[in-house]
Amino acid sequence: MSTTQGTISASLATRLLGVFSRPQGSEGWKSWLFTVDHKRIGIMYGAAALFFFLVGGAEALFIRLQLATPNGSVIGAGTYNGVFTIHGVTMVFLVVMPMAAAFANYLLPLQIGARDVAFPRLNAFSFWCFLAGGVLLTSSIFIGGWFQNVPDAGWFNYAPNSGVLFSPHKGVDFYAVGLQITGIASLVSAVNLIVTVLNMRAKGMSLFRMPVLTWMLLITQFLLLFALPVITVALFLLMFDRLWESNFFNVAAGADPLLWQHLFWIFGHPEVYILILPAFGIVSEIIPTFSRKPIFGYHFMVASGIAIGFMGWGVWAHHMFTSGMGPLSVAAFAVSTMFIAVPTGVKILNWLATMYRGRLRFTTPMLYAVGVVSMFTIGGLSGVTHAIAPSDTQQTDTYYIVAHFHYVIFGGALLGLFGGFHFWWPKAFGYKLNELWGKASFWVMLIGFNFTFGPMHILGLQGMSRRIATYQASEGFAFWNMVATIGSFVIAVGVAMFLWNVFSSTRNWRRVGRPSVGPDPWDARGLEWMTASPAPEHNFDSDIQVDRFDEFWHRKYGRDEKGKIVRAARAEEIAHDGSNTNVHLPSPSYWPLVLGVGIMLVGYGLIFNLWIAALGVVALVGAIYGWCLEPADDPDTAHGHDHAGRNSLEDEEAITVG
Amino acid sequence: MAAEAINHSAQEQDHHSSTGISNEKLAMWVFLGSECLLFGGLISTYMFNKDRIGLNDIGPSDVFDIPFTSVSSFVLLMSSLTMVFAVSAITRGDLRANRIWLATTAALGATFVAGQVYEFTAFYSEGLGFTTNLFGSSFYALTGFHGAHVTIGIIMLMSLYIMSLRGNLPAERAETVEIIGLYWHFVDIVWIVIFTIVYLFPQ
Repeated sequence: MSTTQGTISASLATRLLGVFSRPQGSEGWKSWLFTVDHKRIGIMYGAAALFFFLVGGAEALFIRLQLATPNGSVIGAGTYNGVFTIHGVTMVFLVVMPMAAAFANYLLPLQIGARDVAFPRLNAFSFWCFLAGGVLLTSSIFIGGWFQNVPDAGWFNYAPNSGVLFSPHKGVDFYAVGLQITGIASLVSAVNLIVTVLNMRAKGMSLFRMPVLTWMLLITQFLLLFALPVITVALFLLMFDRLWESNFFNVAAGADPLLWQHLFWIFGHPEVYILILPAFGIVSEIIPTFSRKPIFGYHFMVASGIAIGFMGWGVWAHHMFTSGMGPLSVAAFAVSTMFIAVPTGVKILNWLATMYRGRLRFTTPMLYAVGVVSMFTIGGLSGVTHAIAPSDTQQTDTYYIVAHFHYVIFGGALLGLFGGFHFWWPKAFGYKLNELWGKASFWVMLIGFNFTFGPMHILGLQGMSRRIATYQASEGFAFWNMVATIGSFVIAVGVAMFLWNVFSSTRNWRRVGRPSVGPDPWDARGLEWMTASPAPEHNFDSDIQVDRFDEFWHRKYGRDEKGKIVRAARAEEIAHDGSNTNVHLPSPSYWPLVLGVGIMLVGYGLIFNLWIAALGVVALVGAIYGWCLEPADDPDTAHGHDHAGRNSLEDEEAITVG
Repeated sequence: MAAEAINHSAQEQDHHSSTGISNEKLAMWVFLGSECLLFGGLISTYMFNKDRIGLNDIGPSDVFDIPFTSVSSFVLLMSSLTMVFAVSAITRGDLRANRIWLATTAALGATFVAGQVYEFTAFYSEGLGFTTNLFGSSFYALTGFHGAHVTIGIIMLMSLYIMSLRGNLPAERAETVEIIGLYWHFVDIVWIVIFTIVYLFPQ
C-alpha cells in the first residue's frame, strides 16, 4: 500500500517538475511488471492461468478424495461446499478464461499482421486487473483460517442461498467483489481486442481472410462485451444486499430469487461459448496444419461461429427448466437449445472433413485437437439430452450434469487450450516441447479424464445428486465414485507430466545453447509463423500485404504445370528475421500495475474496511490521471504500425513522385 | 512540443485504421454497446421489482415529483445541445468557445446531479430509504448508477476544460472532445429511457 502511495506521490512530483520518465529496458523482472507488449502479457496470462489451474486442480482432488468411498470424512460438509464452489469459480474465471486470453493476447495481433493491440497500456491493465481479482478470490481460501471465508453457494451462487442469512461469513462477498474485478479486466480486454481486430489488420487482411482462430476470438470478445455487464448488475445487486442490506434477493421483502437466476444465466450461457469458442479456434488452426489441407468450409466455419454467438443469447433458461417458469418458456428454450446444436455440429463435421484424405501427422497438438473433437462431441450429445425438458427434469442437479459440463469444458475447452500450448510454444519461446513427453501426457490425461467423468454419467442416471458431501453405501454409488477418484489422480499425473515436459524441454534447450526452432516449425498456415521464433518485440520487420486466406501457406507453396502442389519457397526465405530494430514501439508504463493494485485495494476494502477502499480509490484516481497525462511518447497513439518503416516508405514515395 | 506530437499521432491514425474510424472512437462505441446491457439489466431489475411491495408500503406514486424531475431532465437534455456546441467549436478551431461550452455542459450536468441529490434527500425524508423495500432498493440502484455515470462525465468534461486551459487541447484533438461527447449523449439517452419508464409510465 505504502509503495503504491509512494509511487504516486513520487511520480506526481517528478511529473510536475517535468522530469518524469517512463520505465525503460526489456530485461529483468521489472520489464515484465511494466511491459505493454502483447506477447509478454499473453505469456503472463498463460502462466497465471496455469498457476490457478493447479490450485483449482488441487481443490478437485479434495472433492474426489471426499467422495471416493461412502461416508467420506476427508473434509467436512461445510468445507466441501466451499471447495466445490471455489473449484468451479477458479476453473471458469481464473483458468479457462485467462488461458484463452493468453492466446488472444499473444496471437491476435500476430495473426492479423499488426504490431500490437490497439491500446497496449489498457492491455497490461487487463492482465493486472485479472490477477488482482484472481488473487482476491483465491485469498478467500486462507484469509481468516482455511476455508473459513471461502465462497460456498456454488459457482452460480443462487439466491437466496447466497444471502447473509444462509452464508453469513465473507465467502460470498469475495465472490461478488472478485468476479466484479475479473469482469472489469475481461471487459477492458474485450473492447481492446475488438478494436484491434476491426481496426488494425494488415493491408489486404479483409474480415474473410482472417484465420478462424481470430474470428472465434473476436466473437468471444463480443460475447464478453455484452454478457459481462449483465453479471455485473447481478453482482452489484448481490453486493448491495450483503454489504448494505438492500432487498433485491430478500425473499421476506417480497423478492423473487428467480431474478438472480435469469441475470446469472443471461450471462452464464454466453459464458459457456466464451469458454469453448477460443478452443474451437485453436482446433481450427491445428487440424489444417497437420492435415496439410486448408480448413474445410472456411465460410461455414466462421458463419457457424457467428451463429453460435447470436443464438447463445436465446438459450439461457434451459438452465432453469425446473424453476417453475412455465410450460411456454420451457418449450421455447428447449427448441432454441436444440437449434444451437446445429452450428456446433457444422464445426465438428468441418473438422472431420478437413482431416478426410489429409496427410495426417499425429503430433502432440494434433492429438489434443482430435481429442477435443471427440470429447466435445460426447459432451455435446449429452448436452442435447438436456434440451429435452422432461428428461432434463430427471437429470438436473445430478452427476449427469457434472459429467456433461466437464466433457465440454475439460474435454473441449481445456484440451484445446493445452493443444494450443504445444502448438504455439515454439512460436512464443523458440523451442518445441518434447513430443514424446507431450504425447504421453496427452494419453494419460485423456484416459484419466474419461475415467473421471465418464462414470459420472452413470452416477447421475443412478440418481446421485451433485454437491452432496457424502453418500451411503446402500445407495450403490460406491464403485463408480471410486473409479472417478482414481481417474482424477490419473489426470493429475498427466498434468504433472505436462509440467515436467515444460521444465525438461526448457532445460535441454538451454543446455544445447538455445537454438531457435525457426519461424515455422510445423509447416503451418497463419501469419504468426511468418516472423522469427520467439516473435520479436515488434512482431514483423515490415508491413505485410495480404492477398488471400492462408497467405503464409500460399507464399510457401505453389502449383506446378500439372496442378500438383509444390513448395515454392522455404519458410526462412519468406519469414521476417526480426532484425529491424528501427521500429517505434510503445513505452512501458507503471500505471497499469498501479491501477490494478488500486482496484485490488478497493476490493479488499469493500469486504473488510472502507478505509482500505478509500486508499484504493486514491491509488486508482492517481493512476488514471498519471496514465492520461503520461508524456507525449504515448503508447496509445504510437501503437501498432511501423512509424519508422512506414514514414521512410512514404518518404521514398514522396521522393519518387517529387 | 506536446501538441505537435499529438498532432502527428492523430494524423497517423486517420490513415492507418482498417475501418477509417480511429481506435479511440471505435473503442468508445464498443464500450457504449456494453453499457446498454448494464442499464438494460438495471432497468429490467427495476421493472421486475417496483410493484413487489406491500399494500401500505411507500411506492412510486407516493414520492415522485414529476414537475421537478421534468425540469432536471430538461436541464440534462440541454447539456447534450451544449455538448454539440463544444464539439462544433473545437472542430472549427475556436478554443475559447470550446471551453465555454465544455464548462456549460459540465455545469448543466452538475445541476442535474444536484437535482438528483435533492430528490434522493426528499425521498429519504418521506421514508423511502435504500433498504426500505424492493422499490426503494431498485430505484436508488438504477438512478444511482445513472447519476454516477453523469458524475464521471462531469469529471471528464472538467478534465478537458483544464487541459484546454493549459494548452493541451488544440483543435487537432477535436476528436477527444467528440469521444467524450459520445459518452455524454449516451448517458443522456439512457436518462430519457429511465425517465420514461420510471417516472412517466403509469404507476
